[in-house]
Amino acid sequence: MANQASNGRGNGARPWPDLRLAAAIAAAKLASTGIRRTGRGGGTSAPGLIADRIDPALLTKLARRLERGAILVAGTNGKTTTSRMIADILEADGARVVHNRSGSNLVRGVVAAFADHATLTGEPGGDVAVIESDEAAFPAIAARVQPDIIVLTNLFRDQLDRYGELNTIAQRWRAALQALPPTTTLVVDADDPTLTAITDDLPARRVTFGLHDVAYRLPELPHAADAVTCRRCGADLAYDALYVSHLGDWRCPSCGYARPSLDIAGTEVVLEGVESLRVTIRHGEGRSFTVSVGVPGLYNVYNVVAAASAAIAAGVPDTTISRALAAFQAAFGRIERVSLRGRTLTLALVKNPVGFNEVLRMLTAATGSLTVPVLIAINDLTADGRDVSWLWDVDFELLADGQVPVSTTGLRAADMANRLKYAGLAADRIVQRGTDMRAALDAFVADLPEGGTGYILPTYTAMLELRQILADLGAVETFWRQ
Amino acid sequence: MELTIGWLYPTKMNIYGDRGNVIALSRRAEWRGIPTRVVPIHIGEPIPNDVDIFFFGGGQDQEQIAVSRDLQGAKGEALKAAVAEGAALLAVCGGYQLLGHEYRPHEGEPLPGIGLFDLTTVAGPERFIGNVVVDSEWGELVGFENHSGLTYLGPGVRPLGRVRVGRGNNGKDGTEGAVYRYAIGCYLHGALLPKNPRLADWLIAAGLRRRHGEVELPPLDDETEREAHASAVERARKTG
Repeated sequence: MANQASNGRGNGARPWPDLRLAAAIAAAKLASTGIRRTGRGGGTSAPGLIADRIDPALLTKLARRLERGAILVAGTNGKTTTSRMIADILEADGARVVHNRSGSNLVRGVVAAFADHATLTGEPGGDVAVIESDEAAFPAIAARVQPDIIVLTNLFRDQLDRYGELNTIAQRWRAALQALPPTTTLVVDADDPTLTAITDDLPARRVTFGLHDVAYRLPELPHAADAVTCRRCGADLAYDALYVSHLGDWRCPSCGYARPSLDIAGTEVVLEGVESLRVTIRHGEGRSFTVSVGVPGLYNVYNVVAAASAAIAAGVPDTTISRALAAFQAAFGRIERVSLRGRTLTLALVKNPVGFNEVLRMLTAATGSLTVPVLIAINDLTADGRDVSWLWDVDFELLADGQVPVSTTGLRAADMANRLKYAGLAADRIVQRGTDMRAALDAFVADLPEGGTGYILPTYTAMLELRQILADLGAVETFWRQ
Repeated sequence: MELTIGWLYPTKMNIYGDRGNVIALSRRAEWRGIPTRVVPIHIGEPIPNDVDIFFFGGGQDQEQIAVSRDLQGAKGEALKAAVAEGAALLAVCGGYQLLGHEYRPHEGEPLPGIGLFDLTTVAGPERFIGNVVVDSEWGELVGFENHSGLTYLGPGVRPLGRVRVGRGNNGKDGTEGAVYRYAIGCYLHGALLPKNPRLADWLIAAGLRRRHGEVELPPLDDETEREAHASAVERARKTG
């Protein structure tokens, strides 16, 4: 990363032994092992809480000792996929990467990941950290880690009961970003007008990325879109091209504020159904390279361009980036294929209207209607968002045509079925499979033809539960062993 | 016969899935063979005179300021006149607050409403977030509240109902929402009407009455709605 010498990374001038740090690391490791042995989840949160209690400076101390610094990834959608892509690229570049890979992205999860990698003598156990951050936790994590590179993917409406309104998050982020030194590089999706506005005129250096001249466009702003007004003058924004939700080539017809020129652009995009995509990355003086990645949909194009941009900012060669992305395996639960009783199941996490809309868009892209049976699993626990109102902001009307059934399960299976009814699906296509997810999955799989394929769209805690059920049935490995 | 739904500020006041109410009104009329038309009413546009049911949802703070300004004067008066003549209306959260006399924030100038409902809202110290169950003239209603404004009703309205689970208008007097003629305001997201079809049908019947007289709405198969309602109530009892 830039300015290695000036920020004193990785050199030996530090007090040793740091007993407090060592105790925190040891306690976290012990707690983590204990939890794993008793089989209670992935052990990703309690160890972090314990370590944080013993040494609140653990993150700052360990992050400072990373030779190649830290990369922080934040945003509403795509942060898990993007940060995993970045981690894979850096590994392909020969780095040892500290990464909160299981997607535990609050402060305690990040602390746990650092403690897990660290040695008892306080060495970080890696050359570089790639940290995925929750939106609300972003200011705290950024302040503690002091990352060299921050990737901001997008800001969408997400779980209003948990995060509050978009403007509140944007204001908190702006305050956190203002506190960063000029040595920080911000890698920002300039197709998002909110992110552009909150990263204007900061001490930190900004690198913009976005899509250029891509053929896949939305005809109009979807209902779920946020931030359609100019952050400078309040007028409604116009789009020369609209790609996902409110992301695109935007401009204000009233005051002239517009998307800045792109330092790194994704172009010549080809979506290959529900399987993969291809995109050409252009950057610098006429430099470009093309990557093929085994993840579907235009929203994943944004993830690929974000990851490539971060890697470019970190000085990784183009050839290494394209090689690592070609080998990329989708993140836990994001898009994942498993085999069970001769059927193929694809899991795709759904957590907010924009993400859900993109999954529905992908599932109906080939023929204009649904071609694969779908099981939607909606929970309303804290991590899912307790308010299921957001289901009414999702355009399930996309599923109205066609013959293929849509099943529902989870704590709010009945609400979900009701949403499908009002989306205009024929009654015989809506299959309520009850709140018992094990029974629901069993019946869903039994109804698939031998050799057939089904899609499972769970919210966060529903995904955790389904993963456990699938693991019990021998279909997948549990995620913390990855 | 046609049902016209006037959707106030659909691009500004559109958070928390409240468009589900517009979807529910449209579908439930269409399932009975009554064609529906949804007319968006944006900033700077007048209130059309043929609207049967108005819907007004919640928005973010910035948007609500612009909407408050737009409603002052002739537009707000036209909306009040329509309701006085018998038009039906549902307002949720921010829309509910803006139809009262005013919203008083912690700091700064009060945000003026239009006084369609005799009520006033003041910014409160905490945010009420959670499932809500209300006993009302329309039976048990279930929804989800997410607001920090405390709303106090005047004598010109009656409450929509009494809160059994949740906090309601102000967390103190046990009321939720307000009713004036065929206009209903409340804090219930969910979306409200798809899970509470009796209230949806009452609004449809009331809306049609003004231009078409008494209309008999044949019953629909509401099994799915009842199950969604029951599961939401069960979650409310368990989690609050």
